[in-house]
Amino acid sequence: MIRLEKRPQPSRAWSMATPLVAVLATMFFGGLLFALLGKNPFEAIATIFWEPLFGEFAFYYRPQLLVKGAPLVLIAIGLSLGFKAGIWNIGAEGQYIMGALFGAGVGLAFYPLEAWYIFPLMVIAGGFGGWIWAMIPAILKTRFGTNEILVSLMLVYVAEQFLASMSLGLLRNPEGHGFPGSRNLNSYESANSWISENAGMHWGVVAAMIAVIFAYVLLNRHMTGYHIRLTGEAPRAAKFAGVNPARLILFCLGTSGILAGLAGLFEVSGPSGQVSIDFNVGYGFTAIIVAFLGRLHPVGILLAGGLMALTYIGGDIAQSNLQLPSSAIQVFQGMLLFFLLAFDLLTNFRIAIGKPEAA
Amino acid sequence: MTDVLLSLKGLTKAYPGVVANDTVSFDIGEGEVHALLGENGAGKSTLVKMIYGLVKPDTGEMTLRGKPYAPAEPRQARADGIAMVFQHFSLFDALNVAENIALGMENPPPMADLASRIREVSENYGLPLDPYRTVGDLSAGERQRVEIIRCLLQDPKLLIMDEPTSVLTPQEVDILFQTLEKLRSEGTSILYISHKLEEIRTLCDHATVLRLGKNVGECVPAETSASEMAELMVGSALTPPERGSREFGEMAMDISGLSVPSPSAFGTALRNVHLTVRKGEILGIGGVAGNGQDELLSVLSGETLTANDAVKLHGQPIGKLGPTKRRALGVLAAPEERLGHAAAPDMSLTENAMLTGSVREKLEKNGFLNWAATKEFAERIIKDFDVRTPGPENAARSLSGGNLQKFVIGREVLQNPEVLVVNQPTWGVDASAAASIRQSLLDLAAKGAAIICISQDLDELMEISDSFAALNEGRLSAPRPAAGLSVEEIGLMMGGAHGMEVAHV
Repeated sequence: MIRLEKRPQPSRAWSMATPLVAVLATMFFGGLLFALLGKNPFEAIATIFWEPLFGEFAFYYRPQLLVKGAPLVLIAIGLSLGFKAGIWNIGAEGQYIMGALFGAGVGLAFYPLEAWYIFPLMVIAGGFGGWIWAMIPAILKTRFGTNEILVSLMLVYVAEQFLASMSLGLLRNPEGHGFPGSRNLNSYESANSWISENAGMHWGVVAAMIAVIFAYVLLNRHMTGYHIRLTGEAPRAAKFAGVNPARLILFCLGTSGILAGLAGLFEVSGPSGQVSIDFNVGYGFTAIIVAFLGRLHPVGILLAGGLMALTYIGGDIAQSNLQLPSSAIQVFQGMLLFFLLAFDLLTNFRIAIGKPEAA
Repeated sequence: MTDVLLSLKGLTKAYPGVVANDTVSFDIGEGEVHALLGENGAGKSTLVKMIYGLVKPDTGEMTLRGKPYAPAEPRQARADGIAMVFQHFSLFDALNVAENIALGMENPPPMADLASRIREVSENYGLPLDPYRTVGDLSAGERQRVEIIRCLLQDPKLLIMDEPTSVLTPQEVDILFQTLEKLRSEGTSILYISHKLEEIRTLCDHATVLRLGKNVGECVPAETSASEMAELMVGSALTPPERGSREFGEMAMDISGLSVPSPSAFGTALRNVHLTVRKGEILGIGGVAGNGQDELLSVLSGETLTANDAVKLHGQPIGKLGPTKRRALGVLAAPEERLGHAAAPDMSLTENAMLTGSVREKLEKNGFLNWAATKEFAERIIKDFDVRTPGPENAARSLSGGNLQKFVIGREVLQNPEVLVVNQPTWGVDASAAASIRQSLLDLAAKGAAIICISQDLDELMEISDSFAALNEGRLSAPRPAAGLSVEEIGLMMGGAHGMEVAHV
């Protein structure tokens, strides 16, 4: 009989190895899926993982990795702080939208003035927009004990309604011939987050890097980070150590809200360029996968964000080159999280073969 | 000696890394009260689990009245007339006594019949109990009665009792012993597990001593001295802690008129608690578990905040200060629950040293952590308190209970507290480690610290405390000098028999 046995302490080797094993398992079963769909599995996997990096058109796809990866990493870093403490912000997508609306709103308010201070103000407004949206579940939780998972998730749909209303009303381009959507910020010099569009570099990429370093220092060298980890490991011990749970909830939800809001702002003022009804494409939800795929570790999240961006871009290529259905790509991405969580078990348990012990 | 009821021959049970029982053999006679004596971890629990069908032995065999006996599960053991009262009760607080008993039966009779059966059996054995009372309202002693009656309804030939007196006041112990005497007189055998030597000497006909999974000796308790049995149990003579004479200094901690509502439905509210402890004094607080011990510790550690002047340190009100600020003032605490409260199970010992050490050991500067200094602190705890572990990078949960307890106590003691509060400092710890923990508390008091030691182990409290008070349903009795207190007086401070009707045997 096969059964699981708890390890005396978590295995470091497995903790490092599970993401790799999960990726390999995803490749194997994803290949199986593609084969069942009548595609050559090796070609499909190679298209997804190889083409964007080293293929013929890699010069075009590589910058796209930065563009896709930066918001994922930025949001996932924020989420990971809360997740480590057992505080579940599922509504990053909503905070992302609100950050974009606040930031773009400030930028558009200045149009057509050109000044150096406009973009910094937009950044502050973007962070504020995400923060205020995250404060709603945070305050409801600390005050009334509501469940932050439900509240933050529901607020995503409220934010989407705001987004639609804004793109059809207040922020609509007056010169847009009645089409929904705001002015394009890419053609407004002072409100533009691109550093080098050809290289895929915008301020969001820089912010993501800074966030990785910030989170690493916070978690490993700072009392707040220690308290976050302690709360996740043993809430009662954290209280004994002097952690104020309400303050920690406000900090974790607030930080993840700010980072999600910033990601929205950088996106709207860069790759997307304008506020439109279909502005959000699910970065806020995919970032949850990225956070776990990266083991809630800042460096892991950086790598996971890159990997996720790769499957996005590679998936797009596979869709157009091999006519793979887009839902097959989504299943493929879902498998990644599934296998990761499944193999994660091996960090704390080992597989033993033999008779169970009733003790 | 009468006929043999149950005979164990060469029972062996190994778990990965440890042999819990190594060729254990002994006989339990008909109508005999047989003691199974041993320290924590000596293998007593594994052995009775094998008898009760919860664990299957690797090798060895048992015979019941001469016939081979190998229960595959507890149901089979019960069918063969073997019943067990566990140390931890498995009762539902929200149900009444009869409902709880019905839940454990295979074919429960109608509730009215069962209730009258319960009344009948409980009267017969001098354990009066109203079958319609809600279990949540019962005292620990009364809950134990429910468990015992549940067993007696099966008419057992052998009753196994695992540390039954650990939840009882001395008066309640007397009542229990009368019931056990009656059972014996009717021919029921009892296997009585304990590490309390005096009660074994008064109750048991025969004793088997286990040490490290082996049967290291048998004796007739009435003819053997407590110290001889202790030596058998521990394997060497124990030196009791030394307490030098001390002068008490000024008032250190002062609690007056403290009332705190219960944190949960079945928790305990603290009611009008007064206590004072002076520098150099050890105040022992006894009481049966669940009478407000956890709640009192959390009021002292700062986890529960109170009215500001309900808790005073050197005359200054600190009732509204949280744990971190109290540590800065020198008020340290070591909670009962080691894993999850005093320490984070999956974190390393270094990280766990940070947990309470950051303020007083100056391991933090402007919020930034000094891990090198923390590791040194953890190493110092490991060395000074003889914590057996390969090093400070190991997770707290990889340590045995006793070693982790030494780490937890050491972490607080090494920070030179002004006031130290400990709850169950030696619970589940082997005798030699317990002795060294007690010694470290005495040494700390000798250096002028005030110590509040909450414990359910009366022997421990008598050994180290200068004054003694008892918690009973959230009320604290007035502290009295520990020297010269009799067991009866202590029992009355703990609430006597809790109004439980005395057995009419």
